[in-house]
Amino acid sequence: MNPEVMTAPSIDYIALLPYIIVGAAGVIGVIVEAFVGRNGRRPIQLVLAFGSLIGAFGVLVVNRTTLGLQAEGAIAIDGPGILFMGLILLLAILVALLMSERQLDPAGDAFAPRASALPGSDDERELTTRGYFQTEIWPLFLFSVFGMMLFVTASNLLVLFIALEIMSLPLYLMAGMSRRRRLLSQEAALKYFILGAFSSAFLLFGIALLYGYSGSVEFSVIADALAAEPGQTALVVGGVALLSVGLLFKIGAVPFHAWVPDVYQGSPAPVTAFMAAAVKVTAFGALLRVMYVALGGVRWEWEPLLWIIAGLTMLFGSVVAIAQTDMKRMIAYSSIAQAGFILIGVSTATAEGLYASIFYLVAYGFTTIGIFAIIAMVRDAGGEMTRLDQWAGLGKRSPLVAVSFGIFMFALASFPLTSGFIAKFLVFESALAVDNLGLVIVGVIASVMAAFFYIRVVVIMFFREPVEGSPAAAVPSATTTLALAVSAAVTVILGVLPEPVINLIEQAGVFLR
Amino acid sequence: MTSLPWLTVLMVIPLLGAIVLMLLPRDRDVLPKQVALGFSLLTLVLTVVMGLQFQADSTAPFQFVESYPWIPALGISYAVGVDGIGLVLVALSATLVPVVILAGWNDVAPGGRSIKGYFALILVLETLMIGVFSATDVFLFFVLFEVMLIPIYFLIGRYGGADRRYAAVKFLVYSLVGGLLMLAALIGLYVVSAQQLGQGTFDFAALVGLDVDPNTQKILFLGFFIAFAIKAPLWPFHTWLPDAAKESTPATAVLLIGVLDKVGTFGMIRYLLPIFPAASDFYAPLVVALAVIGILYGALVAFGQKDMKRLFAYSSMSHFGFIALGIFVFTSWGMTGSTLYMLAHGLSTASLFLTAGFLMMRAGGSSLISTYSGVNKVAPVLAGFFLFAALSSLALPGLASFIGEFLVLLGTFARNITVGVIAALGIVITAAYALKLYQKVATGPTSPAVEGMTDLRGREITALAPIVFLTILLGVLPAGVLNVVNPAVERTLEVVGISDPPPVIPPIVQGGEQ
Repeated sequence: MNPEVMTAPSIDYIALLPYIIVGAAGVIGVIVEAFVGRNGRRPIQLVLAFGSLIGAFGVLVVNRTTLGLQAEGAIAIDGPGILFMGLILLLAILVALLMSERQLDPAGDAFAPRASALPGSDDERELTTRGYFQTEIWPLFLFSVFGMMLFVTASNLLVLFIALEIMSLPLYLMAGMSRRRRLLSQEAALKYFILGAFSSAFLLFGIALLYGYSGSVEFSVIADALAAEPGQTALVVGGVALLSVGLLFKIGAVPFHAWVPDVYQGSPAPVTAFMAAAVKVTAFGALLRVMYVALGGVRWEWEPLLWIIAGLTMLFGSVVAIAQTDMKRMIAYSSIAQAGFILIGVSTATAEGLYASIFYLVAYGFTTIGIFAIIAMVRDAGGEMTRLDQWAGLGKRSPLVAVSFGIFMFALASFPLTSGFIAKFLVFESALAVDNLGLVIVGVIASVMAAFFYIRVVVIMFFREPVEGSPAAAVPSATTTLALAVSAAVTVILGVLPEPVINLIEQAGVFLR
Repeated sequence: MTSLPWLTVLMVIPLLGAIVLMLLPRDRDVLPKQVALGFSLLTLVLTVVMGLQFQADSTAPFQFVESYPWIPALGISYAVGVDGIGLVLVALSATLVPVVILAGWNDVAPGGRSIKGYFALILVLETLMIGVFSATDVFLFFVLFEVMLIPIYFLIGRYGGADRRYAAVKFLVYSLVGGLLMLAALIGLYVVSAQQLGQGTFDFAALVGLDVDPNTQKILFLGFFIAFAIKAPLWPFHTWLPDAAKESTPATAVLLIGVLDKVGTFGMIRYLLPIFPAASDFYAPLVVALAVIGILYGALVAFGQKDMKRLFAYSSMSHFGFIALGIFVFTSWGMTGSTLYMLAHGLSTASLFLTAGFLMMRAGGSSLISTYSGVNKVAPVLAGFFLFAALSSLALPGLASFIGEFLVLLGTFARNITVGVIAALGIVITAAYALKLYQKVATGPTSPAVEGMTDLRGREITALAPIVFLTILLGVLPAGVLNVVNPAVERTLEVVGISDPPPVIPPIVQGGEQ
């Protein structure tokens, strides 16, 4: 130990206020669960969740010009970091709107009254008939959001790892909380947990190797070490590879995608929306920061790796999605394909690529929330109806819902005048600007295949007659409607008038180190 | 008056009409049709007023120009303007829409699919068609080019025949393949412009001024070309067309083949040649070969068709071969002929599909040729219009298609006699299948399906009359259109940098002027 007196790290609490608000709200939520009566919990949890998320977003906007490294360089609050945190908070607010829905399911909300009750047991039935609800999911959700905010701004490998765990552990639990199809939900949770734990181990091993190489866990020190000694040692190669595996797992890139379809299918729709939108944004935020800041000096190491993974991810996701008969699984594979398109932007290692990736994530995040809002609405007494053929004739029975879903599908198929088009445009442009024609061609091929299955959904909804037993979309409460309206509006506005958002992203500049 | 944003107004009116239609109550059956017709006629009147103000001798490349920044961060603006070629095609769109609304009055049975939705889609399509022919920002063009697919997709997929879902998806997937290739090429062009000008742009004039490296041109050309070749189907990118044509209602088919497919050939003239002159020159033999194959293949396959709508589709493919041929022989005759042929083909497609549609509607919707025989005994007026349509399609002298076909062949012979001779064979086959079709359907003993058939009603004749009138007018007095088109053609060829004897209005045209 250093014989001198350790100085306490200087912490700027004002700059860290957004984190503190969300994290503290999570802690208070746990206390509420322990001490408040059953009927009083929900209003308090809702106030805590919405209050903290909106409050944190407000503070973030007010603080947006206070940039710099915080907490002794462990957290980098920079332009892209603030953008990512803002996006995560906005998406989280929309997810919270979906989670507070109580009108769609006749039995209550989308979550099991007690996740620990055995599926199909008398215990569970009793809880349901008594009309119990659980509210533990709210603090879990806030912890996860807190972890996400930390994850995208971590400028230190250890903080990165801790943030990953804070984000993931609540998610594993949330995945298993579905009120309907409990076994599927629990399988999803277990699968997500086991594979997630593996990927965390990879990440940690990668961190260890990079630490062994550079003697530090700080991004800036690692970057300096790589610049000073550009020789490729086994430590660097192994470290980069293992670290990438950990991050690519969360993104759902091929070949680390195996969890995605099962988890998306089994989790309750609001939680799936959270995973598909916010987790993807977060993981890309962290990947971009790690690659651009810490490992920017060895980009020739990881660029070809990312090209291959991007290409595989796009093609695999699109091809397999074509064969799906379940809506949630199809969207899961589609999200894999979309991750591939975003990886094109990441793999350029240019500022343009960074901006393109961020824009793509904004577009993708809102569209995804809207998709799951609608998936939660199309249901019968047994729960969500996710078989594709059950959606036949939705255009006739619920025209507004079907039109919104059509807009989302066209956006994912990157049709002009939707956000997805501008996003794909920017991503392809960033790749062509570095002369990566090959990846763009693969992207075009994958886009065509992807367009096929997105369009198929439109065909099913609009060109098929409703079959016996295919119900109209249930009428949701105001919260889901609001989330849906916001996502649809963002999807269209970003397609027609993307200028302000593009400027916002470009003004945010690049990562600090 | 000149400061009126003409083209924007032309685009807004049909769109407004579509919005009004959607706000109408659901249970009204006739009102939506009347409203749709009203809005489309208003658009047509304004188009004519605008067209009369067009100055054919102007030195400006585009007239009625408007430009507003749209996404400045990417160098994208909302910029419109028309040259002679664009004007002619805008006029074609504005003419055909009221015609198909009138002709398709009863396409949608009351109580089934939404009637107002059908006509609203047609009006939205009109907005997009006018936009796509007048865009002078390549990005805007691309956006409209792609968005246009959606109304057509719904028109086929919701209102079409038995296999409509398959046809609609096939159409959309084909078009999307082209669209995405074009998108990639477009982005490539944008990157080149960013490298050369410092700031990327999609402005047509700026892109024409670029000095693109020939090898890059060759790659980018292919992206645009395949998109256009799928749109205006050239062999071997045509297989979606017969399905789409067969499953569409006649009104949709007219707009699809008569106007939308012209976007492909229009795009070749407007974008491919000026922006990629070196690559156009390089690929010209290939395109000419595809065009000639298309002419013969389309005509031969049309000859063997048992289904009327499929026959028209293959026949159109053959005619698109002529149009592409005229463009890529790089003579002013050829290109003028192609432009005129686009117009004429729009008209002849309209008369073919609409008369055939009237015929089929009277016999339960069957489009099999063998269903019909002896129509001229039962419904002489219908048979007469059918004969006119067939003659207009086989390019009878005195009708519009003849001038186009003649000029294309003239231009082709000037460049390469062999190609000209092979292409001319197509005309012979066309005459054969067109007359055979008329003979089978209209003459001979009356078949059971035809028995008791009513003749054309007033509404149907009203819909066909303007087409017939314009077909004859253009065939006899093409000079007006030629004067409008010629400067634009000359300018295009100038940019491409291929010299050609100065365009002379061919003798046949002067003869027609007397």
